[in-house]
Amino acid sequence: MSDYFDFEKPIAEMEKMIEKLKSIAPEKNHFGDEIADLEKKCIAQKKEIYANLTPWQKVQFARHPKRPVLRDYINLIFTNFVELHGDRCFGDDQGLIGGFATLGKQKVMLIGHNKGKNIDENITRNFGQAKPEGYRKALRLMHLAEKYNLPVVCFIDTQGAYPGIDAEERGNAEAIARNLTEMASLTVPIVAIVTGEGGSGGALGIGVGDVILMLEHAIYSVISPEGCASILYRDASFSNKAAEALKITAPSLLELGIADEIVPEPLGGAHRNHEITAQEIKRVVLSHLAKLTTVSSSRLIKNRFEKYSAMGKFAK
Amino acid sequence: MPWFSKSKSAEAQLKKPAKEDIWVKCDSCKAHVFKEDWYNSMSVCPKCGYHGKLTAYERIGQILDVDTFKEMFETITPSDPLSFSYNKGTYKDRIVEARQKTGLNESVVCGAGEIYEIPVSIAVMDFRFFGGSLGSATGEKILLAANYAYDHKIPYIIFSSSGGARMHEGILSLMQMAKTCAGIARLREKKIPYISVLTDPTTGGVSASYAMVGDVNIAEPGALIGFAGRRVIEQTIKQKLPENFQTSEYYLEHGFIDMIVERKLLKEALKNVLLYNNQ
Repeated sequence: MSDYFDFEKPIAEMEKMIEKLKSIAPEKNHFGDEIADLEKKCIAQKKEIYANLTPWQKVQFARHPKRPVLRDYINLIFTNFVELHGDRCFGDDQGLIGGFATLGKQKVMLIGHNKGKNIDENITRNFGQAKPEGYRKALRLMHLAEKYNLPVVCFIDTQGAYPGIDAEERGNAEAIARNLTEMASLTVPIVAIVTGEGGSGGALGIGVGDVILMLEHAIYSVISPEGCASILYRDASFSNKAAEALKITAPSLLELGIADEIVPEPLGGAHRNHEITAQEIKRVVLSHLAKLTTVSSSRLIKNRFEKYSAMGKFAK
Repeated sequence: MPWFSKSKSAEAQLKKPAKEDIWVKCDSCKAHVFKEDWYNSMSVCPKCGYHGKLTAYERIGQILDVDTFKEMFETITPSDPLSFSYNKGTYKDRIVEARQKTGLNESVVCGAGEIYEIPVSIAVMDFRFFGGSLGSATGEKILLAANYAYDHKIPYIIFSSSGGARMHEGILSLMQMAKTCAGIARLREKKIPYISVLTDPTTGGVSASYAMVGDVNIAEPGALIGFAGRRVIEQTIKQKLPENFQTSEYYLEHGFIDMIVERKLLKEALKNVLLYNNQ
């Protein structure tokens, strides 16, 4: 059973009632009408609530503990995943993983932030906060993808790059910067999808896509709402106002010309149905790969340059 | 009254100090230095050697040959793409304040000039404008200056001085990291030199983009250089940080900077690197 947020209380109550009625009368006919009626009301209520989520509510969804993570997507929609390890320099970052994978019939190089599903996993993965060796492994895999003529698919879901001494020491700044520069001229297609949190530079370090997708309730921001609140409002409790001001939701990113397409989530959020969420991602990613793999490398790089050149709004 | 006018002449930048304010207090050793002495030593503290911040025009005056600077893209300026407002005001108002305070239109001044007669394209950041933060207009100017270098086949030099990406423009600021790096990546096609000069401070989204990917990375002594904020790191690891953490010297030790050069030797150092461009 998924967790409910406060604003989902009406739905929680209805769903509990439906469950209760179903369990009292296992033969469908007994409370058939009442159950059907409640289910109809529940869906209408859900549609209303989920179509009007505030940015702060979306933040909660994007960080939901039961929201699917990379390993879920690998199990659900990728086959023959051959994980590759190491940056050939320092070590292997479990917070950012990658390898050969097949999506439908399309072979790809899959790269992504690796959040865990429990505290032990998250400790070894730094909660999906990548270190320099993670970004350098990603770069190694991207160059390998170039050699093997495989498109790159990046799953973004991180609160940010790991903020530790070791990460500074080994140059998280340089690692991210290097990736931004190299991805700009990668000769194979790159599809990036933000499935949960797009945490600033930590996200962008594997995010320079020919196409940028976002799951419906995902967020992507230059700074966390909490960070913005503590700097601008001098009070982290203003995070909900900051979330609104920063325009970090998928629809906002579409409007700002940054996201190219929003991938729909099941009603109530990805955490309610991993399978459907994953299938939607597969459908949309494959549709973009089908187009991108027909473009020549030189045209691809030109298009990518034009895409990023056009980002930003200013006056003259 | 603005300290420096937008005059193009390099010597005009270093004229007499205003009468009201004859002292400069060093940010590092807190010594009081006569303004004239401060500026004569290129805004480097004569007592402790601390390299103080320069305005963009001061830097241009020190680096480029006299009367060679041609400013470009100067009308590009922030709009307010997010209609950003918070409890203390609006981004729109802050932009107006920043323009009035500095006489600049953005946190970077771009153009072309010569260094010992070598033609170069340059972008010089100015910390006074919104903490040198990277916004849409900043990114656009930096890209255009890179494109100028590409079109004219001349070296590109960026002088960074920044607190990072400008949060008032949200995701658009973040994407400037990718946009500017795309411009730099393209220089490789024509083997155009790109030199990054890191000055105090070079942090956040700027250190994690163009500042760190120079063919040669040159830093000024004692500059604050880093990615994650010090406080965030301390809160994460709950340990004391090394003495010279997040300084030019630290990054030289750890392999991310090619050289640390004192300000008075910087122009010469740039020439020495550029002369090795054997094309």
